[in-house]
Amino acid sequence: MSELKLMKGNEALAEAAIRAGADAYFGYPITPQSEVIEYLMAEKPFDRTGMVVLQAESEIAAINMVYGAAGAGKKVMTSSSSPGISLKQEGISYISGAELPCLYANVVRGGPGLGTIQPSQADYFQSTKGGGHGDYHQIVLAPASVQEMADFVKDGFDLAFKYRIPVLILSDGVIGQMMEKVDLFDPIPRLTNDEIIERYPWATTGKKSGTERRIITSLDLDSHKMEKHNQKLQAKYKEITEKEVRYELIDCDDAEYIFVAYGSSARIAQKAVKLARAKGIKAGLFRLITLFPFPSVKMFEMCGKGIKGFLAVEMSAGQMVEDVRLAVKGCSKVEHFGRFGGVVHTPEEVLEALEQKIIGG
Amino acid sequence: MTEELIIAGFGGQGVLSMGKILAYSGIMQDQEVSWMPSYGPEMRGGTANVTVIVSDERISSPILTIFDSAIILNQQSMDKFESGVRPGGILLYDPNGITRHPERKDINIYQIEGARLAAEMGNTKIFNMVVLGAYLKIKPVVKMENVIRGLKKSLPERYHKLIPLNEDAINMGLKNVIAVQELQ
Repeated sequence: MSELKLMKGNEALAEAAIRAGADAYFGYPITPQSEVIEYLMAEKPFDRTGMVVLQAESEIAAINMVYGAAGAGKKVMTSSSSPGISLKQEGISYISGAELPCLYANVVRGGPGLGTIQPSQADYFQSTKGGGHGDYHQIVLAPASVQEMADFVKDGFDLAFKYRIPVLILSDGVIGQMMEKVDLFDPIPRLTNDEIIERYPWATTGKKSGTERRIITSLDLDSHKMEKHNQKLQAKYKEITEKEVRYELIDCDDAEYIFVAYGSSARIAQKAVKLARAKGIKAGLFRLITLFPFPSVKMFEMCGKGIKGFLAVEMSAGQMVEDVRLAVKGCSKVEHFGRFGGVVHTPEEVLEALEQKIIGG
Repeated sequence: MTEELIIAGFGGQGVLSMGKILAYSGIMQDQEVSWMPSYGPEMRGGTANVTVIVSDERISSPILTIFDSAIILNQQSMDKFESGVRPGGILLYDPNGITRHPERKDINIYQIEGARLAAEMGNTKIFNMVVLGAYLKIKPVVKMENVIRGLKKSLPERYHKLIPLNEDAINMGLKNVIAVQELQ
């Protein structure tokens, strides 16, 4: 039976990890996501499900613990906030190269550098365009509610194992810190070692005589082999782009102006839609749920249907807006609006930007 | 029905927990709720505020600049949030420590002497429940039985013996709210 609770986004993420049957969480505290490890330590899942919760000596150690556990076929996750996520990028690149599943969450704060502890969405480029080195992608899920902070843990693990790929839950200080009603999914039991051996023929679970050695690595000094490996990765990203796009359209049916937004900005833009409609402006919201894969096809398709302009709303100096421009291929006006550096825009500011930059511009 | 409320005061006054109890009460009557605190460095010993939304519909922005109601518990918050009350909206404040009283003519203004009443009841910690009672008298967004259920959900079990005291405090607030300015 599911359970209704009032929780912070960070707490919902942590509770969902336990319920999703995670084998381990390795982390290191940082505002505004410290409630994740605090919640796990208080709940002591190690006493109930056997899930390991460990505060590593650094973010770099935590991501490499994730790498190791993922190699053994374990359901494993970490989380941090922007500066800590930067530290984890080397590990993410290695995990991508080695084709291992893992889940991690970034509760974004303002940057660059140590920046501020207030909410931001300025890690979009890092999340969707690499972050670490090499030709790789990861699936990026952008929750816009506490409910989705919980649900995307389950979905994220499923996708991670389906494609053997890192999945990132890209949240921010608003979604992490706010409390909302959350309907928690029923707990899923952790896999036994025998089940892992049976299900994951790639995992390093101990070599039996007569079986092939399984090697987990991102290294191959033969460039031709490495090119083949890269082609395989690219084929996987193509399949993900075709099959895993997720978005939500709000009041778009008769809309002439579209806000494009994700996460907390989508919530703020949704209010701006209401304010716009009250003034007789036909606005709608294209809420991105997956940032990679980006819903380019749908966005382009909408272009010809009476849309007079798109306003990309994000708490950054303009990152996601580049993907919106690429998607619509110049067939419609695209502008950007966003406060940044830890300042959250208001619904009134968003509407004003629409009126000035798109309608009046 | 949608109620967009800001509760603002000093850290330690129970601002965040008052909001949490209200949010839980909303859940108890099947409504959508959001609770968005300020979590910046100002929380450490300075002002604390929380935006609470209770609605029959899916909630859009959890962050607002215009509010249906404001509960204001110190001067800094009065300076910051008086202008954010929607025309025709509600401002409820505790005059304790207020040096500049609200000046708006286009909103409904109420007072609750929460600090004094809580002290008279012998427990300053129930200050926030006195204020909550006053607010619910003006704007009964949640039913009293659901507030009690909300209290049970948000308080750890070991504090459940304090629920009758909290209920008394809420009733004290209900009875003692003063209308300073009511629009027609």
